[in-house]
Amino acid sequence: MERFSFVFLVAGLFFFALAFAISGLIPMLAVQDLDVRTIEQMAQQPPFEFTLLAEQYPVAYEKAFPGMSETEAFADALRVGHKTYIGEACWHCHSQQVRPWGGDEARYGPKSFPEEYHNELNMPPLWGTRRIGPDLIRRGGRQSNDWHVAHFYNPPDVNPSSVMPAYPWFYEDDGRTPNKTGLSIIAYVQWLGSWLPRNDETVFDLEAIAAEYEAPVLPALPIPTTEDEELEEPSEEDFWGEE
Amino acid sequence: MTRNDAPLVHGAMVRWHLSTAMLWLCISLLAGFFYSLQLLQHWPLPKIPVLSPGRIRLVHTNLIAFGFLTNAFFAMLYWTVPRLTGVRVASRNLGWMILVAWNAIILATYIGLHLGQAQAVEWGETPVWIDPVVVVGAILVWIQFYTPIVKTKERSLYVSLWYFSAGFVWLGLTYIMGNFIPQYLVAGNAAGPLLGLYIHDLVGLWVTPMGWGMMYFFVPIILRRPIWSHALSLVGFWGLAFFYPLQGVHHFLGSPIPMFAQYSAVISTIAIEIVVTTVVINFFMTWKGTEGSLKRSIPIRWFWLGALNYFITCFQCAFQVTLTFQRVIHFTDWVVAHAHLVMFGVFSFWIFGMIEHLWPKLTGREWWSPKLRSASFWMTAGGLWGMFLTLTAGGLIEGFMALNLVSREVILETLRPFWIVRTTMGVAIIAGVGCLVTNMAMTVIASRAAHADLEYAPYEDDAAKEASVGTV
Repeated sequence: MERFSFVFLVAGLFFFALAFAISGLIPMLAVQDLDVRTIEQMAQQPPFEFTLLAEQYPVAYEKAFPGMSETEAFADALRVGHKTYIGEACWHCHSQQVRPWGGDEARYGPKSFPEEYHNELNMPPLWGTRRIGPDLIRRGGRQSNDWHVAHFYNPPDVNPSSVMPAYPWFYEDDGRTPNKTGLSIIAYVQWLGSWLPRNDETVFDLEAIAAEYEAPVLPALPIPTTEDEELEEPSEEDFWGEE
Repeated sequence: MTRNDAPLVHGAMVRWHLSTAMLWLCISLLAGFFYSLQLLQHWPLPKIPVLSPGRIRLVHTNLIAFGFLTNAFFAMLYWTVPRLTGVRVASRNLGWMILVAWNAIILATYIGLHLGQAQAVEWGETPVWIDPVVVVGAILVWIQFYTPIVKTKERSLYVSLWYFSAGFVWLGLTYIMGNFIPQYLVAGNAAGPLLGLYIHDLVGLWVTPMGWGMMYFFVPIILRRPIWSHALSLVGFWGLAFFYPLQGVHHFLGSPIPMFAQYSAVISTIAIEIVVTTVVINFFMTWKGTEGSLKRSIPIRWFWLGALNYFITCFQCAFQVTLTFQRVIHFTDWVVAHAHLVMFGVFSFWIFGMIEHLWPKLTGREWWSPKLRSASFWMTAGGLWGMFLTLTAGGLIEGFMALNLVSREVILETLRPFWIVRTTMGVAIIAGVGCLVTNMAMTVIASRAAHADLEYAPYEDDAAKEASVGTV
């Protein structure tokens, strides 16, 4: 047990391989039937906020995505937005996972399920390990494009207690019109959660309203109450209630 | 100089790797300081893309892991491996190549992160185009240090060499697993566990084995007494090798990863605490009976405090990994405090201990200022502990507020005083490390007092073997 070959083969290689099989390979097998969706597939249905961006900033939009169809432009925006999200380390202060405990479900909806992550933009997934800002996995549509435009420019202008950095380089020289990076990061954030159906209630930022009026944040969405539901992915009815 | 007259230890490598390590440490500490100012809503640098706070936060962790710790460990290996085996490293030229290549990798990472090219792998944000080069670098390190370990005529290896033998191969495997598979092969729930494994294995299977190997080498030498129990060191090593790689998923408890994987990570994490305790006992029993050494010897002070911090860190692990604790502390400053205690309070402290011990031998001069040595210890240790306590307390408060659905705005307002104290403590750490770096530089530049011996001076191979066996 004190020879090099034994240490190298057993500890160095075998134990590592064993752990990789248990913690890495078997969880992979559990989701092997899920298709990994490409950006192009996901871009087939842009959220309406993206369509709205094109109307709100026609000149900047045309400059950023010249001559592209809406789906092509949205695919491009997702790519650039995703790269920006990683490069600016957004994922170190915002998580992208809703846990089944810790009050997460009351704030951000039912716990995350594997299908949400099986796409090209989650290679690797952006779950995060620190939550200074809110969780973003279902954030799309909670705030308007206008809110995001003002917020990315200087977050404390919108939310005085925010510690999020300002991103003036997401804008044209006028400091008001988002450039390609700005349009893309907004498109990316508005895309998050857009795979779930929306209704009017979700476009309000309930936390911000509660903070404004010093009211306790009430659960925005129904929480699964029975034991059985914890094991199932939430159906649309469970998630949004009856419309 | 022909190969046969070359000194056993390549002293220039130790000096260069230590110096570059301290350079990256200084940059990293400044990055951490500036990022903490952003959390106080005060950003002193111009608001331009390359100085974005988020990018600077990435610089902070990556330079610590690869720039500081890894460079310092390379220095440690150049000193210890030839002395433990009685055989030189593979090649002096390869040594220069690794030195230049590794620091070029760090520099490229540093620039890449500032340009916004990060990869979404925590602790491995190195831009994807640099990743293959890192793997090549790891392979060169294998060649360099496996050569003496394989060539040695010693039948059984000293405990440090077990840790090194396994640690080198773990570095390469971990890096490949974490930086390539989730990036190119699998997505989402299949990739997530690998990220957890990567975060954990980088610390557990690279930094920890190197750190423990270093501790097992230097502490008996400084104290001039053998390690307390050989059997315990065996238990410690094999326990680490078996349990540590199994734990990675505990970084994503509550994620959509299957629960069996989460539970296995939790159980093996609790199991390793028993193992770690044996190693900590081995340290303190070796030290027992030389209590006066804490007063006399600054190196042993660093090692002692590091070992205490290590015990506390691991004690924390066993609790914080349970789902009960996770409800509260995950996503909070508690974890940040924990990470600082491990990476800085343990492994960096031990490296400082090694520097305090080695620098006079490496330069042939006495320390320039004994007062600065002491000041460096107290400021760094005080700063780290202040930061740890502040962030732990803040993290608990934050966690319970989040659990009780207090709004994010109120949580941020509550954390502000804690963050102010944290920044202050960070300044203390920077001052402490600044003292150490100043002292190191001035020892080279201005110290006139000659140190008794240059321990890496040339000697015959046979004598070297005897010396290495004798001192260990």
